[in-house]
Amino acid sequence: MTTDTDTASTDGGTTPQPGINRSRKPDAGGGPRWPRAGFRGRAVAVRAAGVAGVLLLVLLPLLNISLPGVLPGPTYTPGSLQLLAMCMLMAAAALTYHLLLGVAGLLSFGHALYFGAGVYGLAIILQNLDIPLLPAMGLTLLIVVVLAHVVGSISLRVSGIPFAMVTLAFAQAGSVIVGRNPEGRTGGDEGLTLRTDNLPEFLVGVVNTPNLYWLALAVLVAVFAIVTWVQFSRAGHAAAAVRENELRVRVLGLQPYLVKLLVFVVSAVLVCIIGMVFLLLQSGAVPRAMSADLTITLLVMVVLGGVGSRWGAVIGGVFYTLLDQRLTALANSEAVKALPDVLRVPLSEPLFILGTLFVLVVLFLPGGLTGTAERLAQRRGGRRAEQSREILEEAA
Amino acid sequence: MSTVVLLLFTGLGLGALYFLVAAGLSLIYGLMGVLNFAHGAFLTLGAFTGWEIARRTGADNWGTFLLSLVIGAAAGAVFAAFTEFVLIRRLYQRHIEQVLVTVGLSLAAVALFDGIWGTDPVFIQGPAWFKDTTDILGARIPNDRFVCIIAALLVLLAMVFFLKRTRYGMIIRAGVENRSMVTALGIDVRKAFTLVFTIGGAAAGLGGVLASHYFGYVSPLLGGSLLIFAFIVTVIGGLGSLTGAAIAAVAVAVLQQFANFYLGGTGDFVVVLALALVLLFRPTGLLGRTS
Repeated sequence: MTTDTDTASTDGGTTPQPGINRSRKPDAGGGPRWPRAGFRGRAVAVRAAGVAGVLLLVLLPLLNISLPGVLPGPTYTPGSLQLLAMCMLMAAAALTYHLLLGVAGLLSFGHALYFGAGVYGLAIILQNLDIPLLPAMGLTLLIVVVLAHVVGSISLRVSGIPFAMVTLAFAQAGSVIVGRNPEGRTGGDEGLTLRTDNLPEFLVGVVNTPNLYWLALAVLVAVFAIVTWVQFSRAGHAAAAVRENELRVRVLGLQPYLVKLLVFVVSAVLVCIIGMVFLLLQSGAVPRAMSADLTITLLVMVVLGGVGSRWGAVIGGVFYTLLDQRLTALANSEAVKALPDVLRVPLSEPLFILGTLFVLVVLFLPGGLTGTAERLAQRRGGRRAEQSREILEEAA
Repeated sequence: MSTVVLLLFTGLGLGALYFLVAAGLSLIYGLMGVLNFAHGAFLTLGAFTGWEIARRTGADNWGTFLLSLVIGAAAGAVFAAFTEFVLIRRLYQRHIEQVLVTVGLSLAAVALFDGIWGTDPVFIQGPAWFKDTTDILGARIPNDRFVCIIAALLVLLAMVFFLKRTRYGMIIRAGVENRSMVTALGIDVRKAFTLVFTIGGAAAGLGGVLASHYFGYVSPLLGGSLLIFAFIVTVIGGLGSLTGAAIAAVAVAVLQQFANFYLGGTGDFVVVLALALVLLFRPTGLLGRTS
């Protein structure tokens, strides 16, 4: 589970990077051949574990497993499946953010615009046009492709922190449209309820939660595969090279602007698809789906998991979603209500705890959960942590 | 005619608020390269502190109002200095991590304000004079607009005086231009960092108290909504430029008011559109340095 960024830099090869020399250096303690063999063996083991994990997840709606404290009920119940599906969609969304930040070094504060466009686009089209689900999804996707090109080509004129601010401004414009409720189309603060007339029957109703769960799982697996493919494609390597040194890439005759735009659009399109499935799962659109808060949540997930690592994004997404759920339950519990004000007020605000946790992770655990796990296992002593910090600084 | 004058003054009042937030943001970014997401939280804290003062001392007289301005600004300043000292300074030269820390802080702070003061807006009373209007060229302009404009002008003058005439101002200006050179001269820039954060926090806190009178209420989300426009103002004005921030704040706010009135409430869009246009033709902003 730790090999992804390693292969990213060693197999890269589009540009000579200082980072590569360092990562190829054999471990000082071990023999020269052993680490390499261990590395291959681990890659196989990770893949096997991944396949087994996905199989287990596929079977989950048919099993009766209870995880008290984590899930609200046994795994076959709609409530638990709904929560698990939400975890997987958020993990997938975090993966698309990883593509932006971890691969291309683009610190976007406007990613929610495309997620929200997926949610609201599909909801509005289903409300107002009498067409089946798939054409409606295709139409939404088309709109988002155009939107991402327009916004991306303008915001990529600047980079680093100004880029973050500009993407935030565009996303805010989207959030304002939703709040303004033009011609009653977006429902304003109330949001929209999903109109189910043209939906296939197996996606409607609580009885069919397992189908939605499988859909979410399929989306996560597909997004993981696509993100992996893009990251290790020529474009992905070029994007990583742009992140490290844009000038050098330009000197080599490549066009950094186009590479960044490509990653930006791919990531927007993927998150739009996730947004559409989110709409089906929640059977409604809420203004939060297009708010700056959502982008920040995705950023927090990626940083919690470990910047630059795909597994980090997945783990961060799942961990954050579960924690958010648990903290909300904690806030409403009798134990907290009985506390004196000094403790009760902070403990009853999940975002206070999450925000504080986030600050602590940034301060003390660079490399996030995956980096820390590795450091504890003392495999590659803090390399991931350094790598994460480097990727972050290159985004500036 | 009277409508135009009214919109102009309302826009100027709003521009004054934008400037109070953007000035701190711009200085902090210029000196340290940190995009301070917690700036909205400084503002909200200032607004709530001002509201508490007004509530406890029986509100509607000028003494209370001035006191709430001072205490609000002080609250913003203390919070900002604390932020710089405890969080930002630890991540020396790590700009993105500094930004992330402020993101986390703003999440936590807004949630804490929610917990203490509740999520619903609380309404605020100012001196009775605020409710009156003054007649200028046939337009009846609410008096609180003038208070915002005068306060922002005073802050602008004080900041310009501080930056141009004092030793620390000189260090800060030099640091914004070229930080490594200042460090090489043996000057401790870190003190300047704390100072800039404190000044920015004070301006934001002051802006918070004024904003609560301008809008008539305080809510935990007040800072966040103003912060976004302050970001836009900062980018349009040119990052790190105080004069740029002042010009852009007025331009953006006036444009927003006119578009809201004449183009059917599209003010926020027109502002984003203006941002896009400025970026297309001048990626560094109006008064930004060309790199």
